[in-house]
Amino acid sequence: MEKILQVKDLHVSFTTYGGVVQAVRGVSFDLHRGETLAIVGESGCGKSVTSQSIMRLIPEPPGKIKSGQIFLKGMDLIQLKEPELRKIRGANISMIFQDPMTALNPTITIGEQIMEGILQHKNISREQAKKAALEMLHLVGISNPEIRLKQYPHQFSGGMRQRIVIAMALVCQPDVLIADEPTTALDVTIQAQILELFRDIQKKTGVSIILITHDLGVVAQVADRIAVMYAGRIVEIGTRREIFYQPQHPYTKGLLQSVPRLDVEGAELVPIPGTPPDLFSPPKGCAFAARCPYAMEVCEKVYPFETSLSHHHYVNCWLQDVRAKALVSSNH
Amino acid sequence: MKSYLIKRLIAMIITLWLIITGTFFLMHSVPGSPFNEERTTNEAIQKNLEAYYQLDKPLFVQYVNYLKSLVQFDLGPSIKKSSQTVNDLLGRGFPVSFELGLYTLILAIISGITLGVLAALRHNGIIDYLAMTIAVLGISIPNFVMATLLIQQLAVNIPIFPVATWASPKHMVLPILALATGPMAIIARLTRTSMLEVLTQDYIKTAKAKGLSPVKIVFKHALRNALLPVVTVLGSLAASILTGTFVIEKIFAIPGMGKYFVDSINNRDYPVIMGTTVFYSAILIVMLFLVDLAYGLLDPRIKLHKKEAK
Amino acid sequence: MELRKQETRNISPEIPDEWFVPINKNKLESESVVRPSLSYWKDSWHRLLKNKLAMAGLFFLIALTLMAIFGPMLSPHSVETQRLTEQNLPPSSKYWFGTDDLGRDVFTRTCYGARISLFVGIMAALIDFVIGVVYGGIAGYKGGRIDNFMMRFVEILYGLPYLLVVILVMVVIGPGLTTIILALSITGWVGMARIVRGQVLQIKNYEFVLASKTFGTKTSRIIRKNLLPNTMGPIIVQMTLTIPSAIFAEAFLSFIGLGIQAPHASWGVMANDGLSTILSGYWWRLFFPTLFISLTMFAFNVLGDGLQDALDPKLRR
Repeated sequence: MEKILQVKDLHVSFTTYGGVVQAVRGVSFDLHRGETLAIVGESGCGKSVTSQSIMRLIPEPPGKIKSGQIFLKGMDLIQLKEPELRKIRGANISMIFQDPMTALNPTITIGEQIMEGILQHKNISREQAKKAALEMLHLVGISNPEIRLKQYPHQFSGGMRQRIVIAMALVCQPDVLIADEPTTALDVTIQAQILELFRDIQKKTGVSIILITHDLGVVAQVADRIAVMYAGRIVEIGTRREIFYQPQHPYTKGLLQSVPRLDVEGAELVPIPGTPPDLFSPPKGCAFAARCPYAMEVCEKVYPFETSLSHHHYVNCWLQDVRAKALVSSNH
Repeated sequence: MKSYLIKRLIAMIITLWLIITGTFFLMHSVPGSPFNEERTTNEAIQKNLEAYYQLDKPLFVQYVNYLKSLVQFDLGPSIKKSSQTVNDLLGRGFPVSFELGLYTLILAIISGITLGVLAALRHNGIIDYLAMTIAVLGISIPNFVMATLLIQQLAVNIPIFPVATWASPKHMVLPILALATGPMAIIARLTRTSMLEVLTQDYIKTAKAKGLSPVKIVFKHALRNALLPVVTVLGSLAASILTGTFVIEKIFAIPGMGKYFVDSINNRDYPVIMGTTVFYSAILIVMLFLVDLAYGLLDPRIKLHKKEAK
Repeated sequence: MELRKQETRNISPEIPDEWFVPINKNKLESESVVRPSLSYWKDSWHRLLKNKLAMAGLFFLIALTLMAIFGPMLSPHSVETQRLTEQNLPPSSKYWFGTDDLGRDVFTRTCYGARISLFVGIMAALIDFVIGVVYGGIAGYKGGRIDNFMMRFVEILYGLPYLLVVILVMVVIGPGLTTIILALSITGWVGMARIVRGQVLQIKNYEFVLASKTFGTKTSRIIRKNLLPNTMGPIIVQMTLTIPSAIFAEAFLSFIGLGIQAPHASWGVMANDGLSTILSGYWWRLFFPTLFISLTMFAFNVLGDGLQDALDPKLRR
């Protein structure tokens, strides 16, 4: 499969009045054409920062991309200057934000808001742009697009607005769509419709999607692969099947156990005890060690190496070491 | 929309009527006759004068007569300048004051918004601190102080501009500058705050994610939304400019309405005080109405609201 | 960096075996970080101390107050003594700020002007505060039709141009120190009432208020004990910003001849007297009163801004 986007060892930090926050500490992953990669984790784990870094939308200052590379079709986005980045944003990579109520400008018609993206990137007439906008509205399932085009955001419901935001993001036919918690602000029934729309659109346009979420229910419905983030790092990555049925990292297991399940009779809800470490001074070793029921001394001292479990399943955990396995089995 | 306009019109008339009534009874509650102070007039002449100005009639009759003449746009005669009516004074003074007020408002809006936007775009930078220091100074220095400062520096010490009067564009520079500083400072601060707020909104992030240029983001997406709160204060700014004209016209000896108003206060010329107040109030009420209309044009959410209210 | 990329097939030889032992969990949990929590007022005060401009304003105001109280004692000249032989003298070691056209000492008069300005400003703010808190508090707390009616009245007053109303009232009740304060208070409290009402509306449904209501506490007691302490921030800011606008109004009225009357010294009166001297070059007669008006308003404005930033809980991180 073609790798459309590659993130390599990305480090991002923020300077605040309380000190420097190391929000992202060495994140690497690939995104293939036409797939949906979900990035999952608790709030503050760096998933949104990662996605905004890909768009180079981190406010600088206070934020700063310390090191790493982000390749889009072989071109390193970190090296690009603002004017070049503007040609990429919206055209090659698009982004959808969490709250559709605030993501649209209240004083501009939605037609104009959809069209301005394509007018910015493609050398076409307003007539053609309007045609493209109408097609897009049709694609995301908005009826009477001709009339709707002239209306303002406050004339739409939340779910409708999110459809418009999606139309806006897709109008230039980008290679990558980053959706940051796209359904969090919506009702459950609408959530399902929007997720369905994502799958539908991916089938029709072949766009690759990065889905940022803390909701494993959402992930189960649409993700092809899942990356689990904790304290600024990806601790486990694998296919949906691998993550859901053979989770290796104690944190991934904990996340799965803390989700209510209706399909398993008598399944108990187990919250993960404790809170994530503060990233002003992250621990030297594994950041999860303080909350991990299997923590060993090594976990506090050295960050675990990446272990490959299958072609696409990787985990960073000392429990993969043979010596740890011996320890676990001797205890049982 | 039509019914909304009619409703507004009725509300405006009621407000104006309340102001007229309040002013009328306030002015007539001053003890004694306005002619008492002048000892040269004997009692017979005073009686005649009071009859001429209808001051011998019961208060309520005077009130009704006043309202009647107001409906015909007649603001009555002046007491102290016996050959003139209030209408004469306003007819002469208003065009001058209008010119002064209008130029001041335009200058204050343009410079205030520019300063505010620059400060917001360079948040916590040198331009921001500079602009906000200018703004706090502008709010702190009273307009009459500003006027004397300008005269001293730019008319007396370095004679670039004339000291007083309203004869040519060159004469207008100092009074307009003196009057505009305060409102400019208020607009600049408000624009900055509102712009900073808007710039953190999600739709600005969305616009950035679309790849729009910073210029487009500022002018198309941010400015319009940031200016909404600024529009709402234009009414009260117009009021402060209006009261500002009192001192500015006095200092620069500009023959405007404000100067006549201050003169009439010092002479206790009640019909002129009353007439001018009513006229000022009418202007301000119309101003507030225009501001509301402008707001409706700028913010599509408001228009719908009014339609629904119908 | 290289280490991490290396494929490690289930064993990392450079890590000693003895590190593979479970750790004592109790040790870890005791390490939880507790951030020092500051009380609201202490926290706000610390933020205000950091605001240099606001602190400069505060120092100036303290100095001005001292000058208003002790200044006339320091000066050997009285406010009203006229020395016709010593008219329009420039500042010197005898007359620090010079003399005016009647030979009166400008420094002493400036000190008296400070008394009047501060008195007018503080009195206006206090009266606004009392009326505003009572009116706004009742409107906000009672709500419903009473609130509607009370606020309609406030809106009408709010729509009137402040200075125009003050001028009309001054015309009727005549000039003087007390009448100025009275005239300023007639519409001045409206802003405060609006702020207090807004604050009260916002928090009156908070649970602690509901709790005391269910225990049968009296309305007045709820307002006093629960609501007021929580609304103080914006009220303090409003008061700080009322003072300069009252000082401006007094100077403005005195300047157009409606305020403090001639023999008394007010900055507005002095500025008005000094205005005629612009062409004759007696700059000190205009300079000192206008300088003090501007500095005082500047000090109150920056202090008010500083307080606003310091007290705004939204900025608390």
